[in-house]
Amino acid sequence: MSAFDTTRLDQAHASVAIPDGVPPVPGGAVAHAEQAATFGLSADEFALMVAQLGRDPVAVEAAMFGALWSEHCGYKNSRPLLRRLPTEGPQVLQGPGENAGVVDVGDGWGVAFKMESHNHPSAVEPVQGAATGVGGILRDIFAMGARPFAVLDALRFGDISTARTRYLLDGVVRGIAGYGNAIGVPTVGGEIGFHRCFEQNPLVNVMALGLLRHEQLQSGTVGEAGNLLVYVGSRTGRDGLGGAVFASADLTDASDADRPAVQVGDPFMEKLLLEACLEAIDADLVVGVQDMGAAGLTSSVAEMAHRAGRGVDLRVDLVPRRETGMSALEVMLSESQERMVLTARPDQVEALLTLLRRWELEAVVVGTVASHDRFRLWEGDALVGDMPVAPLNEAPTYVRVGREDPAVRAARERDLTALALPDDPGAVLLEVLADPNVASKQAVYRQYDHQVMTNSVVLPGAADAAVMRIKGSRRGVAATVDCNHRYVYLAPRHGAALAVVEAARNLAAVGATPLGVTDNLNFGNPTVAETYYQLQEAIEGLREACLALSTPVTGGNVSLYNQYRTETGHQAIHPTPTVGMVGVLPDVERRAVAGLRRDGDVLVLLGAGTPSIGASTYLWCVHGIEAGAPPELDLAAADRLVRCLAGLVQDGIVDTAHDVGDGGLAVAVAEMAILGDRGARIDVPAALAARWDAALFGEAAALAVVAVPGHRVADVTAAADSLGLEAQRLGVVADRRLTIRHDGAPNGGLDLDLDVLRSAFEGTIAEALAI
Amino acid sequence: MPSIAVLRFPGSNCDADTHHALGQVLGSDARFVWHTEHDLGAPDAVVVPGGFSYGDYLRSGALAAHSPVMQAVRAFAQRGGPVLGICNGFQILTESGLLPGALAQNDGLRFECRDVHVRVEHPSAFTRGYANHAVLRLPIAHHEGRYVADEATLERLEGEGRVALRYVRHDGAVDPAANPNGSLHAIAGIVDERGTVLGMMPHPERAVEPLLGGSDGRGLLEALIDAAVRA
Repeated sequence: MSAFDTTRLDQAHASVAIPDGVPPVPGGAVAHAEQAATFGLSADEFALMVAQLGRDPVAVEAAMFGALWSEHCGYKNSRPLLRRLPTEGPQVLQGPGENAGVVDVGDGWGVAFKMESHNHPSAVEPVQGAATGVGGILRDIFAMGARPFAVLDALRFGDISTARTRYLLDGVVRGIAGYGNAIGVPTVGGEIGFHRCFEQNPLVNVMALGLLRHEQLQSGTVGEAGNLLVYVGSRTGRDGLGGAVFASADLTDASDADRPAVQVGDPFMEKLLLEACLEAIDADLVVGVQDMGAAGLTSSVAEMAHRAGRGVDLRVDLVPRRETGMSALEVMLSESQERMVLTARPDQVEALLTLLRRWELEAVVVGTVASHDRFRLWEGDALVGDMPVAPLNEAPTYVRVGREDPAVRAARERDLTALALPDDPGAVLLEVLADPNVASKQAVYRQYDHQVMTNSVVLPGAADAAVMRIKGSRRGVAATVDCNHRYVYLAPRHGAALAVVEAARNLAAVGATPLGVTDNLNFGNPTVAETYYQLQEAIEGLREACLALSTPVTGGNVSLYNQYRTETGHQAIHPTPTVGMVGVLPDVERRAVAGLRRDGDVLVLLGAGTPSIGASTYLWCVHGIEAGAPPELDLAAADRLVRCLAGLVQDGIVDTAHDVGDGGLAVAVAEMAILGDRGARIDVPAALAARWDAALFGEAAALAVVAVPGHRVADVTAAADSLGLEAQRLGVVADRRLTIRHDGAPNGGLDLDLDVLRSAFEGTIAEALAI
Repeated sequence: MPSIAVLRFPGSNCDADTHHALGQVLGSDARFVWHTEHDLGAPDAVVVPGGFSYGDYLRSGALAAHSPVMQAVRAFAQRGGPVLGICNGFQILTESGLLPGALAQNDGLRFECRDVHVRVEHPSAFTRGYANHAVLRLPIAHHEGRYVADEATLERLEGEGRVALRYVRHDGAVDPAANPNGSLHAIAGIVDERGTVLGMMPHPERAVEPLLGGSDGRGLLEALIDAAVRA
């Protein structure tokens, strides 16, 4: 049968009229608590559901409640904590609760952005797991009426030397590349971290950005009674059945047998959906748009109905299927990819269907918006499910008691003052540059099409954040994803705040003013008190930093139950609240990159605070120690540095900047030299830190290095002074060697050839990928 | 103002970029033509843009070669109309028989996105904007860009001066290390016997604005517009 059978569409359209005289109870066998447990419902939750229904559920109802009340869809452990996050600001066009958040970037433009995880699918099947992660987040963006125009990924893997890590890294990168490259949305940035705690449970967090005119902003709503629900895209199969529950369960030995719970992506189909949906929005033919993501038709329709405060009648038998013999339960819970729900007014539905068909998409009317407040499922004239909309969408929440793991506290409070100093600063620099967390990710991003759409002004690896221009405007959009999982592990509140601060610093270092945040909270099992403590504390840290930096959280994702097996049970991953941040450049011609541009430029250290070795990359990779407190954080000073740096770039004074992050000052300057293919000679002020290793390799919350022509140094100093920051002259750009002098260091510091630095920096990841 | 048809297949993804470069940046009358069209609408030149036409789940460009619009492009090319195929467009042109040879998977078996250097090998209608043997820096982004052809074809291409662009080092020297995909004879672009059909793997439409890091591709697109005026 042709996929574009108009007869079938007409029949569907004609037969969505729901018969009068609704039978009060759906047919089918009732589900008991034991069966409900397989849908992820606890005994208490089952009892609550029965109370909401006023009777025992049938299987499909129990399954739908189970999916919507899963952690993935219902946020039952995180919702009370997430309420602590600031979500408002004059720049926010759309806060949390829709498919994605939207911030105003000026000139009538908005940027829709959101981040989501695909950790568990990627652990089981890295290529498809990562690919469908990209596909899912892109649908969230164009559901807002925005054209996706950039993707960034935050990835975590285990020890880089193991075969499993290399298999997962290679597969995840291929998956992201395969999907993003084909659909034609550039992958412009990201971060990749390695730690043995992610060996079994990697993290794949994908952030997408889309551009829209303010008036194009859409909502995932069903609108008024009488509107029609249109299903468009791929057919529904048994793939991904129960994915939301899968994502909310512990990853165990049995997970490898869960391959059917991982979906397969089709970027070609998604490209058609993307173009068709945006055209339909432009033509003003849709009332609401929603992606079918986790829990498929169940969550998309339930959420759309809930937003509008309406009920729906859904004809399950009209849903296009890939397989025969599927039950209502299977249809409702399938997570087949590349499917959307659109709502249309009755007088516009034919025009909408025609438009969608021109894109060779299958589009079927599957339901009507009702004046009642129920989610009713029908197979022909038979009622097969009948649930109140509001309780479906309001999962019970849990507030637990957290407790800090004393071992973590002891590690944080460990006294590092007596730690032996290394004897060769040059060797330390090469070791830190080659650490996979610091090393160049060029071998990865070369596999991503980062230029398609011809907006990428700052390419991956060239600066602290990606920058895209907006065609037809002077403005630019910057984006970054950041989190130091070691900081968060050792000090959850402090570490999460540092992730926000780092993201803002990265945006400022390209010249962008930070606007908003999307967060992806990757944690372990929340019923474990030590994990709950991490979640609770990290969210407080996000709150404090987002308030201080005026970057509200406009949406995000929570991924719990990320853990690994040990001999004695399960251990949580290092908590990783990935921060995705978006900023605006008023004039994209005024921007900065990290690579040194001109011989003779003066390097200036800008900011406040003392670098320290606690929780640092240096401590980890040179001393093998994961301990100490993360860098001291003065949120007000961090905010002043962000404003100072962004201002200097926006005023055209600074065009070369790099923050002091992982690996400290020495690594920051080395990266600037490698990226710019120019050497530098600097003197590190002895007063910067008590120990020379802290001065060179210690990390900080509010420091950055800028390089400016000599006559601009006074401007930098004046800007710093006006904000109460320090500007210290470090040295000059010259030759093809990096010379870092420190009076207290062995050999008086280090002196290395640029090519030696480059090979240390660029080798690690390429070798892991066998390139 | 010359009118240039930019083909659109389901799965094209450089169509809008090409349209932007030819229209907004270079001031020609660029128009999209949908893959189901039998009539190109009397353009002065045709561009087959990059992407993954029909998903490229078979062999890159294989399905697109059989589309209605490519029938029209064949007829247009036979009349001597200028045709430029970029990346997937180059693949479509070889699959359509408008250019010889084929594009196979990169020898590194990975997608490659980066800037490369190519040398303008022979004067043609498309390279009139450059000095002979000029070295251009252009972006590539492909998984299947390794140009292959039998020995006789390669000899004929070389002998007839139909290798338009060749991968080289930044100083213009041929070096296997500068060949990003293992293309035979380091071929990055070829023209047909008439010299009016050019297929190339690098993306000139990504290199027309200094804001995006370079404008070495501008001459190629300007020459296409110029050829369109003469056609």
